[in-house]
Amino acid sequence: MSEALSAALALLIGLDSKLVEIVLLSLRVSLSAVAIAALVGLPLGAAIAVGRFPGRQTVIVLLNALMGLPPVVVGLLVYLLLSRAGPLGALGILFTPSAMVVAQAILILPIIAALSRQAIEDAWREYEEQLCSLGAGRVNAALTLLWDTRFSLLTTILAGFGRAAAEVGAVMIVGGNIDGVTRVMTTTIALETSKGDLPLALGLGMILIAIVIAVNAAAYLTKELAQRRYG
Amino acid sequence: MDLIRRFLLLAALLAALPALAQEKFIVVASTTSTEQSGLFGYLLPIFQKKTGIHVRVVALGTGQALDLARRGDADVVFVHARSAEDKFLAEGHGVRRFDVMYNDFVLVGPRADPAKVSGGGDILDALKKIKAAGAPFVSRGDKSGTHIAELDLWKLAGIDIAAEKGPWYRDTGQGMGPALNTAAAMNAYILADRGTWISFKNRGELAIVVEGDKRLFNQYGVMLVNPAKHSSVKKDLGQAFVDWIISSEGQKTIAEYKIGGEQLFFPNAK
Repeated sequence: MSEALSAALALLIGLDSKLVEIVLLSLRVSLSAVAIAALVGLPLGAAIAVGRFPGRQTVIVLLNALMGLPPVVVGLLVYLLLSRAGPLGALGILFTPSAMVVAQAILILPIIAALSRQAIEDAWREYEEQLCSLGAGRVNAALTLLWDTRFSLLTTILAGFGRAAAEVGAVMIVGGNIDGVTRVMTTTIALETSKGDLPLALGLGMILIAIVIAVNAAAYLTKELAQRRYG
Repeated sequence: MDLIRRFLLLAALLAALPALAQEKFIVVASTTSTEQSGLFGYLLPIFQKKTGIHVRVVALGTGQALDLARRGDADVVFVHARSAEDKFLAEGHGVRRFDVMYNDFVLVGPRADPAKVSGGGDILDALKKIKAAGAPFVSRGDKSGTHIAELDLWKLAGIDIAAEKGPWYRDTGQGMGPALNTAAAMNAYILADRGTWISFKNRGELAIVVEGDKRLFNQYGVMLVNPAKHSSVKKDLGQAFVDWIISSEGQKTIAEYKIGGEQLFFPNAK
């Protein structure tokens, strides 16, 4: 453990350019995935929350279940899709960061959609009469609720980010853990573990956790500031 | 479905933009042993400097690496299991196979040596003793080159391992490093390639117990994936890599790679 700490410190103090590259790629991939998943997932969650359509309960159960999607399975599916022999093979993006973004976006889309659906539906129950008496249609109501629940939705998005930054199974398969191209924090940790360099692997793990904490702290501060300003 | 497809395309394109600007590269499907031993880290920058070609290595077990190439997802394969390579060629997925280098497998085991095999030079004898003693043995179990070699050795020793294995035989389904970690944790015997063993750090109580048997020979081969079968294969760039690695310069570079003064791979291209 102390060996791991000193490995982590040595990495941080040395500010190894390779490590910086890996950290930046991790952030770029996971943040892109979160952005895409949020753009699709939040409206989807809102639509399911205020919408009334046949099969709605089934959709909700499915969405909730998909939060448990195993990363390896997502990785495999995206691999088969993007493989040269697959339907999107012509794109030639297998083993690139793009493929990793696609895989992570699919992985966390259900998390963002399902959690935002719940948050918005709770708010909808509370304000339904009020919104209806104001003559808001369902689309307007959904938009209003998305705005009203924005602070809960931030937590939802952070949950998605946490999942994306932590997973290794999907990015390993579709990225290939290629040195300098698709190697991110989690696949580096897996590789160093494979090499038997456990202190270095654990040291990298500590840095990863620190980064996730930093992102969450930044989100929290933003939220606090916004709340204070806009109530 | 159409919407999902369009969304995926858009997301992929957006994220692909920086990648498109990149210069020429090839994808080489290779084994964990060559990657984890650090050979590529030493070799590829030299090749890149000479030719300007970036080599993206995807390190998998030999079986998986060949499967990847079967789907057209690699330009070159660089693996170590002759029988699997010949099958790959026979199916028409490869153009031509070249010997590149060799090292050898070693039997690694706990210093306490419960099966009393240490110092022996006969790997088959050692395997028989391990089985007789029921001493813990960790198998890769992942269709890698090392796993295929291990299965061949059991067969040569006259043991039908699939039928005769007991709880002492731990099939882990992992790469070389993780399997070594497992063996170190439970003081088990394990067949490893020398390259990975030399560069492996978490040895615990493990040490080499049997080495030097001719049957532990480990040959690596390289093949260009057949562009006639997979149109996406970068024929010229891939061929340039194959040509270089079997050239006298490439061979010399392989011989120069050492860890702690110890040479890991011995070039033998013809």
